[in-house]
Amino acid sequence: MQLILEKRAQASRLMHFASPVLAIGLTVILGGLIFAAMGQPPLKALYLYFIDPLTNLWSIEEVLVKAAPLVLIGVGLSVTFRANVWNIGAEGQLTAGALLGSIIPIFFASWQSPLALLVMLILGMIGGALLAAIPAFLKVRFGVNEILTSLMLVYIAHLLLDWLVRGPWKDPHGYNFPKSVSFEGWQLIPTFGDGRVHLGLVIALLIALLLYWVMTRTIKGFEVRVIGAAPRAGAFAGFSQSRMVWFCFLLSGGLAGLAGIIEVAGTIGQLQPNISPSYGFTAIIVAFLGRLNPIGVIFAGLLLAVSYIGGEGVQIELGVSDKTAQVFQGMLLFFILMCDTLIHYRLRLLKGNGGAQ
Amino acid sequence: MSAYEAILLTIITASTPLLLAAIGELVVERSGVLNLGLEGMMVMGAVCGFAMAQVTGSPWLGVLMAMLAGIAMSMLFAFLTQTLVTNQVATGLSITLLGLGLSGLIGSGFVGMPGIKLEYISIPVLSDLPVVGKLVFGQDPLVYISILLVLGVSYMLKRTRMGLIIRAVGQNHDSAHALGYSVIKVRYACIAFGGMTSGLAGAYLSLVYTPQWIENMTAGRGWIALALVVFSTWLPGRLAAGAYLFGGVWILGLYAQGMGVGIPSQLLSSLPYLATILALIVISTNRRLSVINTPASLGQGFVPDR
Repeated sequence: MQLILEKRAQASRLMHFASPVLAIGLTVILGGLIFAAMGQPPLKALYLYFIDPLTNLWSIEEVLVKAAPLVLIGVGLSVTFRANVWNIGAEGQLTAGALLGSIIPIFFASWQSPLALLVMLILGMIGGALLAAIPAFLKVRFGVNEILTSLMLVYIAHLLLDWLVRGPWKDPHGYNFPKSVSFEGWQLIPTFGDGRVHLGLVIALLIALLLYWVMTRTIKGFEVRVIGAAPRAGAFAGFSQSRMVWFCFLLSGGLAGLAGIIEVAGTIGQLQPNISPSYGFTAIIVAFLGRLNPIGVIFAGLLLAVSYIGGEGVQIELGVSDKTAQVFQGMLLFFILMCDTLIHYRLRLLKGNGGAQ
Repeated sequence: MSAYEAILLTIITASTPLLLAAIGELVVERSGVLNLGLEGMMVMGAVCGFAMAQVTGSPWLGVLMAMLAGIAMSMLFAFLTQTLVTNQVATGLSITLLGLGLSGLIGSGFVGMPGIKLEYISIPVLSDLPVVGKLVFGQDPLVYISILLVLGVSYMLKRTRMGLIIRAVGQNHDSAHALGYSVIKVRYACIAFGGMTSGLAGAYLSLVYTPQWIENMTAGRGWIALALVVFSTWLPGRLAAGAYLFGGVWILGLYAQGMGVGIPSQLLSSLPYLATILALIVISTNRRLSVINTPASLGQGFVPDR
């Protein structure tokens, strides 16, 4: 018996949409088995994980708060991966954006103006784009592998943040805690009512819609798709691979940076050593689960946000490790890649010795 | 033991996990496959090795378990990228994310436990020799294994039929297939070897380097090992030199921190990552060097036509 692939004459439209559903199903089944192996009631655990976060207002709000950065970073990465450019350092770019944007509250604390927040957001984008420019430059100029450089910069950005909040940027009146000054009211992103959901979610959704328009209705979107699917054809059409690398890194880096400053000025309210539960890496999963399509990314971002809250839920209710969220997220990416094979291939089981003709 | 001896010893211990993980990946890449899951396989090796040693009391069983864990993770990667022809970059990432999560879950019961350290080998008489004694004859066994692996891989790739087949598969999988070699089987075997050495590298961290389990204790070493393979231009000898150089940078940072130089510790901690970027730039600017040995089929999936 041997498992072989048979190329489909045409990519399957059905599998294109069914694959993520199938992947989620497999994740839920295997997840239940893992819970059972840990001695937990699997159905109850799965309910707590996936359904419970959507049953009360408080946790729905938390899901939306977490979805904002995931969607924002995820849409940038979806365009980038579509062009076959591999920026996997979004976590570092998020940190860089948070740092540059925080310059206003830390050094210009007394500048009280509605413009302050706007400048912070723009600085955040610039910060992320600047850090992303390093792997882009090295790739274009020297041909250095962008995967490794963008990833190394994640560690460097984290250490820079750590140094700043423990050293020069530490709040002088903060009882020696490793934190910056708390941002003032006008430096914070407005929330809806008294809840936790802030305008960052709206920004994320608008940008996702904008990028959907760019990808489907503009020459730039066409260029991204052509270069990703057939680089040689792209070159003949006069599209520059180097320009595409720059475009992708600046776009995805800028959006990750924006997510960083939104997280700091919206959800946390100050700089601290940990500002993100690996949003930059989880957004990679969001991009793939969302079919590298900005609209799909919105739904995928919501689902992965649920996985964060659900992970916290089972930790509190059942006392299992908070690492379950990371395991579920990893499994999801694994299964989605697996199921995506079915878009282009049919699986066939050969009886007997498959090699013999 | 003099100070310089102590420094050289710690450099070797810091370099060995990098060398172990990288030598396996070198073989994998020579066969034309890019496995970015090193970090995930390594951290799974670290936690499974540690857990097994705790449960059985035997660090050697821990080492064995770590190798098996590395192989298991690598087989997930192989099934997806070879049998189902998925994108190798994305699949490698998923193995890393999955490994980091799973290891945290498995290790949650072992955090803070005192570890069991793998015994050092001390060859009598020889290890008492001045200057070189401790350095050459008094290391832990995995150091010797890592060096044997480098020599073995170097010989295998250059001088044996097996090495020739692996290189052929990596250079041009269509020709290798036409010649009658089973591209996918060769690649499966190479990926398994890579998983085994990554598991060993993980075991080195949790059973020798810092004998305990700390979440994410690989701290990017898997990625640095990947960079080392590029830096080595796929040559085992250069890989070993690179690994010891990087171990040196790592230790330099630690020593400088210990001596309390007026440099922020975070800057010193970032040295290995900065050095990695620098090394990649240096090697990439030398086109001739980097292109000549690059396996031509690196990262491309292979579907045999029937």
